[in-house]
Amino acid sequence: MTDRPLTQHLRPDGNPVFIAEYESNGGYDGLRRALAEKTPADCQQVVKDSRLRGRGGAGFPTGMKWSFVPMGDKAGPGHKYLVANADEMEPGTFKDRIILEQDPHQLIEGMILSAYAIEADIAYIFLRGEYTLAAQRIETAIQECYDAGYLGTGIQGSNYSLELRLHRSAGRYICGEETALINALEGKRANPRPKPPFPQVSGLWGRPTIVNNVETLCNITHILTHGADWFQSLGIGEDSGTKLFGASGNVMTPGVWELPMGTPIREILEQHAGGMREGYQLKGFLPGGGSTDFLTTDHLDLAMDYDVIGKAGSRMGTGTMIVLDDRSCPIGMVRNLSRFFAQESCGFCTPCRDGIPWIVQLLSRFEDGQATDADLVLLEEKARFVGGMGNTHCALAPGAMEPVISALKYFREDFERHIHEGGCCYQHAAGGH
Amino acid sequence: MAQITIDGEQYEVPDGSNVLEAVLGLGLDLPYFCWHPALGSVGSCRQCALLQFQNAEDDRGRIVMGCMTSVSDGMLLSLSDTRAKDFRADVIEALMINHPHDCPVCAEGGECHLQDMTVMSGHKNRRYDGLKNTHVNQYLGPLINHEMNRCIACYRCVRYYDDYAGGTDLAAMGSHDHVYFGRHEDGMLESEFAGNLVEVCPTGVFTDKSLVNDYTRKWDLQSAPSICTSCAVGCNTSPGERYGRLKRVHNRYHHEVNGYFLCDRGRFGGAFVNSPDRLKSAGAKQVDGVFEAINHGDAVARLQELCGTPDGLYAIGSPRASLESNWMLQTLVGAEQFSAGLGLEESAVNAVVAALQDGGVATATLPEVEAADLVIILGEDVTQTAPRVALALRQSVRNEGIEQAAAIGVQYWQDAAVRNITQNARSPLIQLVSASTRLNDVASETMALAPDDIARIGYALADALGGGHAVDGLSAEQSALVSQMVALIGKAERPLIVSGASCHNSAVVSAARAVAALIAEQKSQTRVVYVVPECNSIGLGLLATESLSIDALSALATDGKIKTLLVMENDLYRRAPKAVVEQLLAAVPNVIVLDTVEHATAELADWVFPVASFAECEGTLINNEGRAQRFFPPMEGADERLPSWQWLKPLVEARHDVLRHQLEHIDDVLAALARHVPVLAGAVDASPNATYRDRVGLKVARQPHRYSGRTAMYADKTLHEPKTRVDENSALAYSMEGESRNLPSALRSFVWDPGWNSNQSLHKFQAEIGGTLRGGSAGIRLLKGESSAPDQRVSIPGAFVPKADQWLLTPQYRVFGSDELSSYADAIKEMIAEATLSLSPADAHSLGLTTEDGVRVYSDGFTLDCAVKIDGLVPSGTAGFVVGHPVMLQLQSGAIVSLEKKAGFMRMPDVIVSDGARIHG
Repeated sequence: MTDRPLTQHLRPDGNPVFIAEYESNGGYDGLRRALAEKTPADCQQVVKDSRLRGRGGAGFPTGMKWSFVPMGDKAGPGHKYLVANADEMEPGTFKDRIILEQDPHQLIEGMILSAYAIEADIAYIFLRGEYTLAAQRIETAIQECYDAGYLGTGIQGSNYSLELRLHRSAGRYICGEETALINALEGKRANPRPKPPFPQVSGLWGRPTIVNNVETLCNITHILTHGADWFQSLGIGEDSGTKLFGASGNVMTPGVWELPMGTPIREILEQHAGGMREGYQLKGFLPGGGSTDFLTTDHLDLAMDYDVIGKAGSRMGTGTMIVLDDRSCPIGMVRNLSRFFAQESCGFCTPCRDGIPWIVQLLSRFEDGQATDADLVLLEEKARFVGGMGNTHCALAPGAMEPVISALKYFREDFERHIHEGGCCYQHAAGGH
Repeated sequence: MAQITIDGEQYEVPDGSNVLEAVLGLGLDLPYFCWHPALGSVGSCRQCALLQFQNAEDDRGRIVMGCMTSVSDGMLLSLSDTRAKDFRADVIEALMINHPHDCPVCAEGGECHLQDMTVMSGHKNRRYDGLKNTHVNQYLGPLINHEMNRCIACYRCVRYYDDYAGGTDLAAMGSHDHVYFGRHEDGMLESEFAGNLVEVCPTGVFTDKSLVNDYTRKWDLQSAPSICTSCAVGCNTSPGERYGRLKRVHNRYHHEVNGYFLCDRGRFGGAFVNSPDRLKSAGAKQVDGVFEAINHGDAVARLQELCGTPDGLYAIGSPRASLESNWMLQTLVGAEQFSAGLGLEESAVNAVVAALQDGGVATATLPEVEAADLVIILGEDVTQTAPRVALALRQSVRNEGIEQAAAIGVQYWQDAAVRNITQNARSPLIQLVSASTRLNDVASETMALAPDDIARIGYALADALGGGHAVDGLSAEQSALVSQMVALIGKAERPLIVSGASCHNSAVVSAARAVAALIAEQKSQTRVVYVVPECNSIGLGLLATESLSIDALSALATDGKIKTLLVMENDLYRRAPKAVVEQLLAAVPNVIVLDTVEHATAELADWVFPVASFAECEGTLINNEGRAQRFFPPMEGADERLPSWQWLKPLVEARHDVLRHQLEHIDDVLAALARHVPVLAGAVDASPNATYRDRVGLKVARQPHRYSGRTAMYADKTLHEPKTRVDENSALAYSMEGESRNLPSALRSFVWDPGWNSNQSLHKFQAEIGGTLRGGSAGIRLLKGESSAPDQRVSIPGAFVPKADQWLLTPQYRVFGSDELSSYADAIKEMIAEATLSLSPADAHSLGLTTEDGVRVYSDGFTLDCAVKIDGLVPSGTAGFVVGHPVMLQLQSGAIVSLEKKAGFMRMPDVIVSDGARIHG
C-alpha cells in the first residue's frame, strides 16, 4: 500500500495515463469490488470513517456532506447528480490540474464510486475553461470508460448505471462556488444561490446534488480500496490522508507535491519548494490560495492541518501557498488579488460588488502615493464591511478580504511607509509585483 | 403569531413571514431595496440588515438580513444597535459609489426609494473619491425611459420582468460592478407589463417616458383615486395632473383587484385625455360638412330643442361610459328606445352577466386567482383581454413549485430558492383557445379550436362531470383532453374556470358556467373569472335588460321612426359593420354624438358635444366581477367638456318631472339609479359620498402637502391667483389640506408617509404586508355568486367543419389596439402592431403565403388587404382577425370569407423609433 495514493501512478514524463495503463496499475479494481460487495450505505460509512475533509478549500467532512442526500425512496422521482468541481480558479492553485491532465481515470473512478455512494445516476465534470489539455484528455478517458463498460447502463454487470459528461466552464471564478456552479450548469447566470436549501437536498435542476472537489473525489477510490484506517494513518497530524500541497512565488522550485496531512509548513517551503530564491527573504505567505489570510515566518512550524491553520488565523484553503518575499510589495500583492476578486464578483450583492472595487481604489492610492492616514482607517473599515461573515450573499467577499485584513495586521508598517514616503518603496526593487 | 423582541420591546408578528415583513408590518422603519412584497426575498442588496441574538446571554449578536430570516417564536433582534445601523449606512455608501448626483434632473426625484432609504440609513458624506462607472442607455420603446447609470443593481427589474411577469427580453448582463440591466439590443420591451418597472425600480433607471418628456414632480401632481377604463378588470389607478394635463398614471393598490401592478394599456393608455383628437367644444355641422363651434349656452339650448320630445328619440349607450351617464340616457329615451351599444360582443356579454348573476360560483379575487391550483381557460387570450388577470394566472402556475419547496421547509417568500427548487414544475393551466396566446409558455395544455368547438368541449366536460349535456362527435384528442381535465379537477382544491366574451360566442360562456357550477358542487373553493371587453360592459348589461340592436335601430331608422339619435361615448364603427352604421346614420335626421374624442361616428354626426373623460369627472363602473367602483377626477374638466350625465340632466329633468331637482350632483344620480334599478342599488356604497369629511372636518386632499407654485402656476394665463375650485360632486378637494393617514381606500388619491416619498410607502397603509388596506377595500361587489338558477342559454353548437376555400373569421384581441380610447394615447399608438390575419401553416401554404406576404379578404360587399400571420395553433379553416384594429373594423366574427394572396403587399416595418435613431444596424 502506497503512502502517496494520488500521485503514485503519475508518469515521470507527464504524459497522461489512459485506460490500459490505469487498469494495469490496478485501476477500476476498486470500482468492481465496491459495486459487487458494498452497498451505497457501506461506501458512505467508509468515507465517513475515513474523516476525509473536502479538498476544495472549506474542509467540510465529505461523509457528512453526503449524508444529507436523501436516499432510496426518500429522494422522490427523478435524477440525482454528482458534480466534480474542476473549476480550479483559486489564485495560486494548480493542484487539480495535475490529476486532470495526467491521470483523468483516477478522477473518473472516484466519481463513479462517489456517485454510487449517493445513488446518483448523472455526473458532470465542471472543468475550468482554460484547461484545454485536461478537457481533451478527460474526453478521451470518458469515452474509454463507456467503451469498457465503466460508464453507461449496468456498469460492470451490476444494476448500477451512470452517465458522465464533461462541461467546460465559460470562465468565472465564482463558478467554483458550488451553487454558482450549479446555476452555470443549468445555463443561468453564475450567481450563488441562497442556502438553504443546500444542494444535497435541492441542487442541479432542483434535485439532490453533491459537488465535490477533484482531489476529494480522487481520494474516494483509495479509501474504498484500502479502508478508512489506512487513510487515517496517512496523515501525520490531526487530519487524515495526504494532500496535494504546492507553493508559488520566489521560491527555488515552485510546484505541487503530495504529502501527508499535517506536514509542517517549513518542510513544504524549505524542503519541497527548496527555500527562497537567492536574494529573497520570506516575508509571509497565503497558505491555501488567494483567499486565505497571510501567515508569516512565525508560523513556519505549524502543521498543515485544517484546524491548526484555522487557529493560527488563516485557512488551509487549497493547500497551495503563495509566497511573499521581502522585495515584493505586500500592498501591490493584495491589490492585485483584490482586483481579481473585484473582477470576479458576480455582481449580486452590494458589499462584494461595490465594496471590493473600493478596496482596490484605496489600495491603489497607497501604491500611487496618494494615501493619507484617513485612507488607512477607511481601508480597514471597508475591508471589515466587505469581509464580515454574513455581510455578503456568499463566501467570495470574505475570502477576498482575508489577504487584505491580514496584510493590514502583519504588514501595517508597509502601509504606513506608503503614506509617509508618498508611494511604493518596492517599485524599483527587482522582482516586485 | 410569534412573539419576537426588537430592541427590548416585545411584539407579536405573523408566523411564516420574514423579519423584514414583520418589522415593516409593525410600522417600524427598516430600509430595503431588493425585497418587494409581491416578488419576495433574494437577499441581494443587504440593506435590511439587523442583529439577531442567539439567546439572552448573547450580547454580540450577528448581522442577518431581515428579508432572508424567518420569523421564529422568541427571536431576539436589534434594529438600533450601532453595528446594524453602521452596516446599513455602509451598504448605502457602497450603493452610492456609482450612483450619479443627478437627483435634480432625475424623473424619480421626490418619489425615489433610494433617496428615502439613503436619508433613513443616515449616509451623508461621500468618502469614495474614485471614478464612477458609467453605462450606455438603451431605447426601450415609447413607454419606458432607460438611464442605467442610476442603477444600484437590486435585481428587482429582472426579477419582476422575467420571473414574475414572464418577460424574456430584459436581463442582467455582465458582472461585478458592471452588471447591466437591459435588452440584448435596443428595442421595444416586449412584455405588456413593462410599465410596472417604473414603480418596481427603486430609483430612476426605468421611468415613465411620457412623464420624463412632460415632467412634474410627484409633490406637484394633483391626483385622485381612479379606475382604469382600458378593460373590464377595473384596476385601481392614481392618475396625476398638472397644468391641465394628465401627467402619468400610477398603480393604486387594491388587494382584491390589481394588487401592486397594472398593464401597460392601463398605465399609458389614459394619456388619451391629452390627445389632440379630444372634442373641445360643442359643434354643429354646417352644410359644407364642417363643424362650427357653438358656445355652451347655445349648445345646451340646442340639445333641449332636439331632444325635447320623446317621439322618435332613440339613444345608444356605451360600455365605456359610467353607470350614471348610461342610466340618464336610458331614462331620457326610455328602455324600449335604448340600445346598450354593445355590438359584436352583446350576446356573450349578456351570457356573462347572467352567469355572474345566477351562475352560483363566486368570481375569484386577485389573490384567489394567484392561489388557484388548476386553471381551465375557455376561449380567452387573457393577456390581451384582461391583462392584469393574466399576470395573476402566471403566478397561479407557481403553486406546484411553492408546495414542493414547502415540503423541504423553504417558505414561499424565499423567491430564488423556490424557483431553484421548482425548475419547470407548474400547476396545470389548460387553454382552449382559437390561436396562440401569451400564456402558451406557462400552459400545461393548449388546444386551439374554432369557438363553437371550445363550447362543445366545455359542454362535454360538464357532461363528464355529471351535467348531462351529451356532446356527440368529439375527436379522440378532444375526448382525451376532457378526461385529462376531469382527472385534474378531481385532484384540485382551488380550481379556477376562466372564460368570457372574447370569442363573441355565448355558448362558450354558458359551457364555462356549467363546468364551474358542477365543479363547485364538489369543491367549495371553485372560482370563476369572466372577461368582458370594456370597463362598464357588466354595468350596462345589468342596466339594459332590454336593448335594441344596431341592426334593429337601423331598420327603425330606415322606416323613418327615428328622428333624433343620441350616440353617447360610442363609436358605432366598432360595434357593427360599416354598411349598417352608415345606413343608420344616413337615415336619422338628427344624429347627436356626445363623446370625449372625435371618431368616425362623430364625423357623421349633425351635432357633437364634448364629454369629460375619466380624468375630468366622477362616475361609477361595474367591473368584470360585478364590483361597483367609483372614479374621481384629478383635474377639472377643461374647456366645455361635461360628463355625459350633466349634458343630459336638463333633458331628463324636462322629461321626468319627478326627477326635477333630484339630480344636482352625481351622488344624486347614483342614488336615483339605485332606486330605479334594484340590482345596482348597492353601487351607492362603492365609495363614501360627497359629504364625507375626515376627523377634523376636512375634505380629502388631491394634492400632497408639498404641492408648490399654487399661486403662480397659471401666471402665464392670469396674474390673479386663481380661486380654488370647489368640488361639489365628491369628498375630494383641489387642495393640500386634509388628513393623509386615516382615509377610506376609495378616496385615497396617492400614497405618501413621512420618510417614505415613493410608492413603497404603501405598507404604511396596509393592515398587513401585501394584504388589505387599513381603509378597507375600495368599491363593493354587487354580484357575489350566491344566486344560482338554471342557465337559459344552454345550446350545444355543431362541430366546426372546415370547407374548401372558405374561412371562418375568429376574433383575436390585442392589448394594444383592440381597446378604443387607449389607442388615442401617443405612446400606445406606437405600440399598436400591424393588423394581421392569422392562418394555420397548412392554409397559408395552400394559399401560397409566407410570413412576408399580404392576404386579400373577400367578404360580403367588400375586400380588405392585410398582412398574414402564420400561427401553428390556428385551426385550419379559420382565420383570426384583430378586433378593434382600424384596418379590420369591417370584419365580423363568425363571418365566412374567402382569401387570396395579395401580390405586392408591403408590410409595416417592425420597429418605429420615436425618440432618436438609437436602433443599431
